[in-house]
Amino acid sequence: MTSLVIAEHDNAQLKGATLNTVAAAAKIGGDVHVLVAGGGAKAVADEAAGIAGVSKVLLADAPHLADGLAENVAAQVLAIAKDYSHILFPATASGKNVAPRVAAKLDVAQISDISAVDSADTFERPIYAGNAIATVQSADPVKVITVRTTAFDAAAAQGGTAQVETVAAVADSGLSSFVGRDLAKSDRPELAGARAVVSGGRGLGSAENFKILDPLADKLGAALGASRAAVDAGYAPNDWQVGQTGKIVAPQLYVAVGISGAIQHLAGMKDSKVIVAINKDAEAPIFGVADYGLVGDLFTAVPELVKAL
Amino acid sequence: MKVLVPVKRVVDYNVKVRVKSDQTGVDIANVKMSMNPFDEIAVEEATRLKEKGTASEVVAVSCGVQQCQETLRTAMAIGADRGILVQTDADLQPLAVAKLLKALVDKEQPQLVILGKQAIDDDANQTGQMLAALLDWPQATFANKVEVADGKVTVTREVDGGLETVSLKLPAIVTTDLRLNEPRYVTLPNIMKAKKKTLDTVTPQDLGVDPAPRLKTLKVTEPPARKAGIKVPDVATLADKLKNEAKVV
Repeated sequence: MTSLVIAEHDNAQLKGATLNTVAAAAKIGGDVHVLVAGGGAKAVADEAAGIAGVSKVLLADAPHLADGLAENVAAQVLAIAKDYSHILFPATASGKNVAPRVAAKLDVAQISDISAVDSADTFERPIYAGNAIATVQSADPVKVITVRTTAFDAAAAQGGTAQVETVAAVADSGLSSFVGRDLAKSDRPELAGARAVVSGGRGLGSAENFKILDPLADKLGAALGASRAAVDAGYAPNDWQVGQTGKIVAPQLYVAVGISGAIQHLAGMKDSKVIVAINKDAEAPIFGVADYGLVGDLFTAVPELVKAL
Repeated sequence: MKVLVPVKRVVDYNVKVRVKSDQTGVDIANVKMSMNPFDEIAVEEATRLKEKGTASEVVAVSCGVQQCQETLRTAMAIGADRGILVQTDADLQPLAVAKLLKALVDKEQPQLVILGKQAIDDDANQTGQMLAALLDWPQATFANKVEVADGKVTVTREVDGGLETVSLKLPAIVTTDLRLNEPRYVTLPNIMKAKKKTLDTVTPQDLGVDPAPRLKTLKVTEPPARKAGIKVPDVATLADKLKNEAKVV
């Protein structure tokens, strides 16, 4: 029994989600290998070789693998899939994009967004926006899985002594091509992996008002998040969205400001260790999950809180 | 160009579902059902492509029980030209749906299939990608903008950290994200018109697909409940609690 973890990276650095996925693979048992498919990604493979618990790193390096196109990456995974009992992807935008393509080609069901490993063939996963947890068993010969990264502690990034082995890159599918990327630049920690998150909702009222959260986030070393309502209203960028269909976070501290707490939003943050809600509506559902709730006007409460901390 | 749009009948997104006490699933008897919100966005996008003259026909498809006809009628009220129901009482998982859809694609020969990125009941986020794999077509998931021109579809996708744009050769698969468009409200005259549109029914057997589930659900449980919290009277108390009680700052 050997598991293959598909590394998430930007060709220069390994992304943190890979470490959580390795941890999930370790819980399954057996050897853990990591595939780095990319372009000019040797440094990433070396980094992956250092992860504790990884016994081998496979590097497939080619220009047409650089941008993570699903057609090419899935073909690369399939080229080596026969050696593995479990193939795990982080449940990130790229993992979710590629994993089902691999599963369908292998004619196996995919198990999405697992939150726990019960045994080598039995896993837990949230359904209905996290309002229920399903325990599912797979009889397929290969288990293709995406891992909810916030549900597993990251494997240690150092201490491993795996060998890096180069594997032949598959040919370019020619079906799709990469045009461009527009990534938001930010000095703040990455939302999904942040220790603290400060999120704003429709209560902020405008994109301008969202800036009131900056000093609080700075003080806490927090990432900024947003509810769907705030994103749809244009107050915050798309990739800040926390919820069932956005990012799933589980930080030590989650501060919800001007967020009512629709079930779709709660699905993305209710596993946070400590939840703080600031809202002027005492009946808002967010108070049902908050450890500490403050009923009041956020425009006075947030600056006061910055001062008090 | 023909566009195929698969739609799913799911528990309405406003309903807070309850887990059954025997842990066999969630209780969906007598619960309001609606079209999956991402699928509404897919139907809307296909309809807009038709209104622009890019698409010639929009075909809505649903797989499941007989009541999925209502979901197809809604799709036709938004703008789909006709509907196909793959009727079965089987518990359909994404791989089975992808196989059923592949069989329909082989028959209908669309150039573009637009699906929702995920259904809000199983939260799987698999069917579009699986269909693309089975057909060996390119895919663009989590679409935020779709442009069809010169035998290609250019799609801007929502990814972690921002947006990226890919170009696919047609035929292709696109799955919708929330911000692709705002679906129109269905009007009463359009609901009446939708009743006159064609709705064909086929079975998995007609399509030569075995829809048996591959994953076995052993049990469905409530998520662990959070301990009830407290309301603090002022900011000073809040700061104090965070520092000294929760010790998170």
